[in-house]
Amino acid sequence: MANHSVADHDTEHYDPNSAWGGGERPFRASYGKLMMWYFLLSDAFTFGGFLIAYGALRFSSPSWPLPDAVFATGPFNNFGFGDSTHLPLVFVTIMSFLLIISSVTMVRAVQEGHRENKNGVVFWMLMTVLGGLGFLSCQAWEWNNLISKEHLTIGTDPFGTHTMAGVYLDDEGKETDEVFKVGTPYLIHKLHSGHGAEGQAGHVEMHEGGAEHQPAAHHEEEAAAMPPGDYPGFVLDEQMFKHRKFKVTEGAFANSIQSEQFGPKAFGGLFFFITGFHGFHVFSGVVFLLIILINAASGVYVKRKNGYEMVEKIGLYWHFVDLVWVFVFLVFYLL
Amino acid sequence: MAHVADKSKEQSRTDYLIEEYGYDDHFHEHDHGDKYKSGFINHYIFSQDHKMIAKQFLITGMIWAIIAAFMSIIFRMQLGFPETSMAWVKPLLGKWITLNDEGFGVLSPDFYYALVTIHGTILVFFVLTAGLSGTFSNLLIPLQVGARDMASPFMNMLSYWFFFMAGLVMFISLFVGTGPFSGGWVAYPPLSALPEASMGSGVGMTLWLVSLTLFVVSVLLGGINYITTVLNLRTKGMGMWRMPLTIWAFFLTAIIGLLSFPVVVSGFLLLMADRILGTSFYLNEIFVGGHALEYAGGSPILYQHLFWFLGHPEVYIIILPSMGLVSEVLSVHSRKPIFGYKAMVFSMMAIGFLSFIVWAHHMFMSGINPFIANFFVVFTLIIAVPSAVKVFNWITTIFRGSIRYNSASMFAVGFVSMFISGGLTGIYLGNSTIDIQMHDTYFVVAHFHIVMGVAAFFGMFAGIYHWFPKMYGRFMNETLGKIHFWGTMIGAYCIFWPMHYLGIAGVPRRYYSFDVFQTFAHFSTMNKFITVAAILTFFVQILFVVNFFRSIWKGRKVTERNPWKANTLEWTTPIHAGHGNWPGKLPTVQRWAYDYYNNEDGTDFNPQIEPLKEGEADIH
Repeated sequence: MANHSVADHDTEHYDPNSAWGGGERPFRASYGKLMMWYFLLSDAFTFGGFLIAYGALRFSSPSWPLPDAVFATGPFNNFGFGDSTHLPLVFVTIMSFLLIISSVTMVRAVQEGHRENKNGVVFWMLMTVLGGLGFLSCQAWEWNNLISKEHLTIGTDPFGTHTMAGVYLDDEGKETDEVFKVGTPYLIHKLHSGHGAEGQAGHVEMHEGGAEHQPAAHHEEEAAAMPPGDYPGFVLDEQMFKHRKFKVTEGAFANSIQSEQFGPKAFGGLFFFITGFHGFHVFSGVVFLLIILINAASGVYVKRKNGYEMVEKIGLYWHFVDLVWVFVFLVFYLL
Repeated sequence: MAHVADKSKEQSRTDYLIEEYGYDDHFHEHDHGDKYKSGFINHYIFSQDHKMIAKQFLITGMIWAIIAAFMSIIFRMQLGFPETSMAWVKPLLGKWITLNDEGFGVLSPDFYYALVTIHGTILVFFVLTAGLSGTFSNLLIPLQVGARDMASPFMNMLSYWFFFMAGLVMFISLFVGTGPFSGGWVAYPPLSALPEASMGSGVGMTLWLVSLTLFVVSVLLGGINYITTVLNLRTKGMGMWRMPLTIWAFFLTAIIGLLSFPVVVSGFLLLMADRILGTSFYLNEIFVGGHALEYAGGSPILYQHLFWFLGHPEVYIIILPSMGLVSEVLSVHSRKPIFGYKAMVFSMMAIGFLSFIVWAHHMFMSGINPFIANFFVVFTLIIAVPSAVKVFNWITTIFRGSIRYNSASMFAVGFVSMFISGGLTGIYLGNSTIDIQMHDTYFVVAHFHIVMGVAAFFGMFAGIYHWFPKMYGRFMNETLGKIHFWGTMIGAYCIFWPMHYLGIAGVPRRYYSFDVFQTFAHFSTMNKFITVAAILTFFVQILFVVNFFRSIWKGRKVTERNPWKANTLEWTTPIHAGHGNWPGKLPTVQRWAYDYYNNEDGTDFNPQIEPLKEGEADIH
């Protein structure tokens, strides 16, 4: 080789055969894979920004909805156990499982890519797409349930937490036997506005802490007759949310009558924004997966110099989206 | 004729070295020459050649710089000569100048705020980020590491066009009925979050956010490319410790940008949600006209944290490329190896790292916990250490060198001067206690304009004068260049030095008029002086623009490949290098980038392609 004589003069400072010495890929990764890694790094910082915003707003808020109370329902009449059954986090567990398992199928697709097995790649990528679509469908159901049934929106958070112990009053303003402690969650129900604008929106039962259990039909009757205002047992606000009244039993405010207040506004905003941003990532991931799946199926990668590297790159992205979900899941559903 | 003979000897030596030691990547077999040269559109507009993209970034940046500088002239007129009619800009600004019965024109205060806001936004992002790092990273990374092009030329092209679209949206925002955004370039809520908060907070702010989000996409597409190219595409022999300091600077700049810009994107997206969807991320209980708005529970300070997590690294994104350019220019033009090469690299790394843990020093007056403020004070002051190391190394590099006094080297020395002057006031501002007095005064304006505005511009000018022969195959006019240097050097100090006194006296920044403050009345002469200096400096810059464009077509032609007798690889390419940079083999690197010393044959430099001589150590 021509540059042997050069290497002879090199001192200990420079090793021409080192991976970092030039003419080599120091991480043994192609530029495309390296770029994906750096993109993911930057995207991690975007999510980091959101999660820090979440932390800042959550810890400056006096109370925060209890995940077990917010995410306590599932489709199909709560998986056939009946609407009154309390199944905290079961649905989100299924949803997360779908996403995590789609990472496993992604690994298989990449592996088949290394084996240059076209049909294997296509099959396992299809499984991954199904997992992603399953996750997105679950998310759609969950959003729909939260928004149209439980009336959690970016501006209103009907999920509250009691900061004082007390006892609920009934509609006539008399004390009931529904006693609650500090930290007990509640959901402020929305009454139907009488002229059917709310459609079929039902009503979700809350067991923990003795929140109300009134049948939905009863609400509709009430709503037709009642304008917003201050009633003996509850406050009906402009949006027809029924804030139940209660008597405080302990602490400085003992014996005062108070009504349920909305939970922190930031909860709805952060939940929809961050899970939405993550969902958007999953959605774009599914789109990219489909494009690469079609390419793979039509044999684009069969003769390529770098083979099925595109599958590997989208795989990196997909695993990243999964990893982010772990953190999103942690802060919204577990903490 | 001996000179001509030397020249051809040197060029044939270059050809010989590339042919003998070069690495054959079979460029011709799969590229068939320069396929991008075929049509006008692919060559000049949607070019994927990093050299053309660099020129696109540079010229777009220059256009923005002129617009932003002109804005500063208008608001300086308002500050320096409030009693003078502004009717002369009525043809340009239209309804933002109101004429009274006698034809006396008054600048609208709303538009004054828009001017200072957009002046800052344009210069910080479009000129000193895209125009500086976009230009020189693109031009120099592939050339100096010995690559055919960027890792992904297509993404590189997208990077420019995202920048272009960002500029387009910002430009459109200048013409909307309610004016562009006017709440300061930092865009703090609630001014930026409530569309009804001020004139520019409506459509203007929406466009501002869209523009900057597009801009971040551009920065990320570019940055990912720069990092990957430096890591993966260095030619044989180009070890990390043999890279020119320019490359180290661009590499670290890209890493800083990659880690900080995404955070401001999350900040911007949350801000958009507050504006469009009505969430309360940044808005707490707010009363407008006695009525409480719907917002509750948000934190405007949260935005400041997310913004300054970019905002502070951003000033290093601006200054690091200039530092790299200046290191190279000083070494080449004083014919000496850069002093303390590794110390330079480690200093840049230290600056880059520290830049991420000092952001809250912009927020000492935002009511952050004083104990937390102490943390940020300490790290802010520690940045003075690597900065001082760098200054020391630049000075020792030129110390006893055979200095060539040309425009490039003079601007490089000017950079060091500006960096010292502006850096020293940074030590004052970094103290939270002194900042209580100085915060939001002209002292801050003077500090950051000198240290990251003017200094970064000086580095950029040094780079343009130095690499103009590589970009266009011609030289810029030296006489005009020297007039430009002295005009800018003296002008910039005349503008910003007096501002320190204004600031110490407590004159607040961003004020439209000081008429009602008796305390500041005696500063009116100083304000006039600053305005006059600003106008003169502006015209000196016009001289530069004229010189630049005239030289593209009429400048003295470059007749040899390596006109500055520099060591780095870009000077081994043909004078007009095509796409792919080297027509034949890729050169391989045999030595460090800074081997400037007298050889036995009378030359005083050793190009990186020149093999080490018998017994010569590979120094760094």
